[in-house]
Amino acid sequence: MALRTEDLHVGQSHEVVVVDNLTRTQIVQYAGASGDYNPLHTDEIFATQVAGYPSVFAHGMLTMGMTGRMLTDYVGDGRLFGFGGRFTNQVWPGDTLTASATVTSIEQRDESSTVFFEVATRNQDNVIVFSGTASARID
Amino acid sequence: MAAKEFPVEAGHIMMFARSVGDFNPVYADAQIAGKTEVAGIIAPPTFVQSSAQYDDDYPLRPRRGVTWFGSGRSASGIAPSAPRDVEEKVHADTAAPAPAPAGGTGLHAEQHYEYHRPLRAGERLTVSSHPGKTWEKQGRRGGLLQFAESVTEYRDESGELVVTARAVGVRTGQTVKE
Repeated sequence: MALRTEDLHVGQSHEVVVVDNLTRTQIVQYAGASGDYNPLHTDEIFATQVAGYPSVFAHGMLTMGMTGRMLTDYVGDGRLFGFGGRFTNQVWPGDTLTASATVTSIEQRDESSTVFFEVATRNQDNVIVFSGTASARID
Repeated sequence: MAAKEFPVEAGHIMMFARSVGDFNPVYADAQIAGKTEVAGIIAPPTFVQSSAQYDDDYPLRPRRGVTWFGSGRSASGIAPSAPRDVEEKVHADTAAPAPAPAGGTGLHAEQHYEYHRPLRAGERLTVSSHPGKTWEKQGRRGGLLQFAESVTEYRDESGELVVTARAVGVRTGQTVKE
């Protein structure tokens, strides 16, 4: 079900825990599906001993993909016009991420309207790991 | 260089959706998806990123005849005398063209998508990429930050745009600290 204009107002916020205790297995699963096997994400030995990180870390695009689920579950399937943002902090195994969409404006038209969101995904320490915007067609 | 052709397959969409923890049947079950507004299996919002699977030269996947830079007998998998080579490949994590090597690590800084219509299982997309802007910024944690943008257009068989993607890659002067 798509969102309806009359059910939305500017400032309204929707949030979902998109991953609880991110596992290395899910990071590898994303590597397999996306095709990005960068050892920084998939190989603990390389990430720690060669690249000098405390552990492997998630692809930014995994965080964005999980954030996208929050959006499509909220606005409805095939409704997005735009979705984008910045990867502001790294995401590590064990992290729990909460993605939120806050209505910034609504453009009303006759048949359908467009809603604009500010999007933010935070970790368990309330640090923003992905920050961006999205827009979608609503009824 | 991005893939020139990207066949959008239902099985690939299912695996991709699973990997981002999205179990919406519109990505996996043709019968259920067929009864929704979009009337069939569609791709989730970030799916086009996986067109890398069809890029013959994609450096972040082990390829025939090319030594992989992950751990095996040694931590880097390649000769210890080639740290520069490792850096180059790590930098390839960004979809953007890499600026001059300066050490440190390359990371994906931004990603933006414009959706012209839903992307459907069974379509065959044509992919074309071109470089965008480049700029520099002094970072708080990583020294000088070098940014480079890349724009990728995904078009359907009639040449119409389906998705436009804009990626920004950043290279830092040193390993990014937590």
